[in-house]
This record gives sequence, C-alpha cells and structure tokens, in this order.
Amino acid sequence: MTVNGKAVTADVEDRTLLVQLLREQLGLTGTHVGCDTSQCGACVVHVNGASVKSCSVLAAQCNNAKVLTIEGLADSQALHPMQQAFKDNHGLQCGFCTPGMIMSAIDLVQNNPDPTDAEIRDWLEGNICRCTGYQNIVSSIQAGARMMQSR
Amino acid sequence: MYDFQYTKVQSIDDAVHHMQQDEEAVLLAGGMTLLPALKQRLAQPTQLLDLSGIENFSSISVDGDAIRIAALTTHAGVAGSPLVQVHIPALAALANSIGDPQVRNRGTLGGSIANADPAADYPAALVALDATVITTKQTIAAEDFFVDLFETVLESDEIITAVSFPKPRRAAYAKFANPASRYAVVGVFVAESDAGCRVAVTGAQGSVFRWQEAEAALSSEFDAKSIESLTLPTDDMNEDLHATADYRAHLVVVMACQAVREITG
Repeated sequence: MTVNGKAVTADVEDRTLLVQLLREQLGLTGTHVGCDTSQCGACVVHVNGASVKSCSVLAAQCNNAKVLTIEGLADSQALHPMQQAFKDNHGLQCGFCTPGMIMSAIDLVQNNPDPTDAEIRDWLEGNICRCTGYQNIVSSIQAGARMMQSR
Repeated sequence: MYDFQYTKVQSIDDAVHHMQQDEEAVLLAGGMTLLPALKQRLAQPTQLLDLSGIENFSSISVDGDAIRIAALTTHAGVAGSPLVQVHIPALAALANSIGDPQVRNRGTLGGSIANADPAADYPAALVALDATVITTKQTIAAEDFFVDLFETVLESDEIITAVSFPKPRRAAYAKFANPASRYAVVGVFVAESDAGCRVAVTGAQGSVFRWQEAEAALSSEFDAKSIESLTLPTDDMNEDLHATADYRAHLVVVMACQAVREITG
C-alpha cells in the first residue's frame, strides 16, 4: 500500500487491523486507539480519499490502497491548514481525539468546502471529544475550511 | 480477534465456491458489524471472504420503475447517489442517517440486510417500498426475506447481489435514534405508491414488521390525524436499557406521525 505518499510493504497476520499496522509496524503513532469499537473516531485515517475508522478495517483490506494519516498532512515547511486552524483556534485540550478530528474534518471539507455550523456538528457524529465541548473544534473546522479554500 | 484466514474473492462464483467448500467461512462486505463482533470474540469463523474486489458490485441503476442498487454499495454511495436522491429521496436520507460518516463510507446495503439487525434502518425501507432482494439463488420480496432477529432466508452458500426498490409516489422515514450509535430505537418508513400505502417499522420488535392498522387508516385518509390515536400491543416489543416495551410502542406511533407529516408538509 501507499502510506502518506510512500510505498510500504509489510507482512501481517490476516487478522491485523489497519491501525495496528500503522502504529505497531510502521511506527505511525499519531493515529490513536480510543474506544477500539468504532465509536470514538480517534483512529480516523483516509483510505483512497475517504475517512474510515482504522480500528475497524483489516490491514489486508487496504492492500494496494492509498492511506493518509495525520503524519502525512504537514509538509516540511508548514502545518496543513486544518492543523494550523486547530492550533490557532485552540481546537484541542488534551489532544487525544485531535488526529481523528482533523482527518475527519478534512474529509468533510473535501466534500463540502464551506460547511455550516450544523453540518460540521452533524459530520462529527463519529468523533468524540471529552475535553472541549466541541465549540472550538467547530470554530477550528470553519477556519480550516476557509484556509483550505484560499490555498 | 481469533485467528482466521483472509481471502479476497475475485467473483461472486468464486465466493459461492469458497462458501460451499468451507461452511465456517463468512462474507466480509464493509465489515462495520462483522469486525467489531470478531474483536469481541462473538464469532470464530475460519475464513473471511472479502467481496470488495468483485467488479460492478457497487453500482446504482434505473431498472424500469425501480432503482436497482448492487449489494456492495456503501451507505455513503446510496446517500450521495443523484439517482436515489431524485427518485427515492427518503431512501437517500435514510442512508445518510446510518451511524456516522466513517461507518457510511464502509458499511454496505447488502451487508446490513444480510445481518438483519433488529435496529438497522434499511429493513424498514425495503419492506415499506416493497423492494425485491436479488440473490445468487432467488428473487424474493423484502417482506419474506427478513425472518427474525438477525435471521433471514439466506442459505449458507447464498449471496445477495442487489436490491431493487420500486419508486414510490411519496415516502418518508422517521427514526428515534440511539444518541450514541444512531441505530433506530424505533424507525418508521411510510411509503405511498399506486399499490397503496405501506408502513414498516424497525427497531421495535425482533424483526421489521408492517403496521397494517396504520396502513389501512392512511389509505382512507393520508393524514397524521388518521393514526395518531392508534395504539400497538406491547407483547412483542423489544425491551432493553434504551427503551421499555411501552415506550417503544408509543414511539412507533410518534415516528409514524412524524413520517406522514414530513410527506404531507
């Protein structure tokens, strides 16, 4: 598969989850395991451009797929606009849910470049944050969407 | 998870062949129910047969007066389909209410109905719209497809290939969603076509059912007032930590009225 633009080859057990491959074999620990029951969204990554919960997908299902994780967003010069927006708008406190929030948010903005407050909250159904109360996450995503459009 | 063998099948025939060779093999569509169940060690299949490599298994097309949706179409695919949005907007809206965006990106129509979760959304749409389930062995009316809790007529080597949904004149789906999972505590799909009015209820009992008393009342006058004072027996209603049987019986009426009002405006 391709992970963050780089071709990757790995031998895995048939039952290995995508998140296990990413974290344990490839060392990409930015993708978090929260609930491990596909509820919380801390493990969200993109597979072939669409956001998925990597705790509920087998690594083998992603054979030859293009996988994008939080580590693949920033270039050597700067953070991705959505990452910058979370930083600017204090869209995180403990940060555990943040990688999943940002990956989910980017998928939203790719499909809906100018989401309303209600559309953002609706989209975040599958991402749980126990710190912020979501207010600043929604503000961050609105700011991130504007920055992504102007880029 | 217990260990299993992962096999990516190349065709439907290939999948059927594997299922006949290995009775403990199970089909893997989106995996949104299967993989969490395996992680909890609720099942121990020998083999997972991944269907995602089969060509043309996630297409949506017009089929006479119906919309035919191939079994591996994701919920996001149904929700975002211009064909579904134009001809059966209530079905697109239902698909868009399942789980969360990431679940909708993976979960499939065929996987959902094969699993026949009593709280799943699709069964209500299939039964109310009088859809036809097409499998490798038969073409069967949705009402006869769902048997009971997690039970369908599917045999161990039978695969759903598509579902054909007749276009209704008008339809709506209303659900009282579990706030965590978005599964239906109760969901009611109301559809009106030339053949009459059908009201299908999911979440309330072991399997989807038609609420025929409401259908009769709506057939004489299509208005929420016709059904708002009806009641349902509570004997067969599900009861769990989310809702008592009495509460579910009440919710059926409330959701049915909501769906009818959405149609009548």
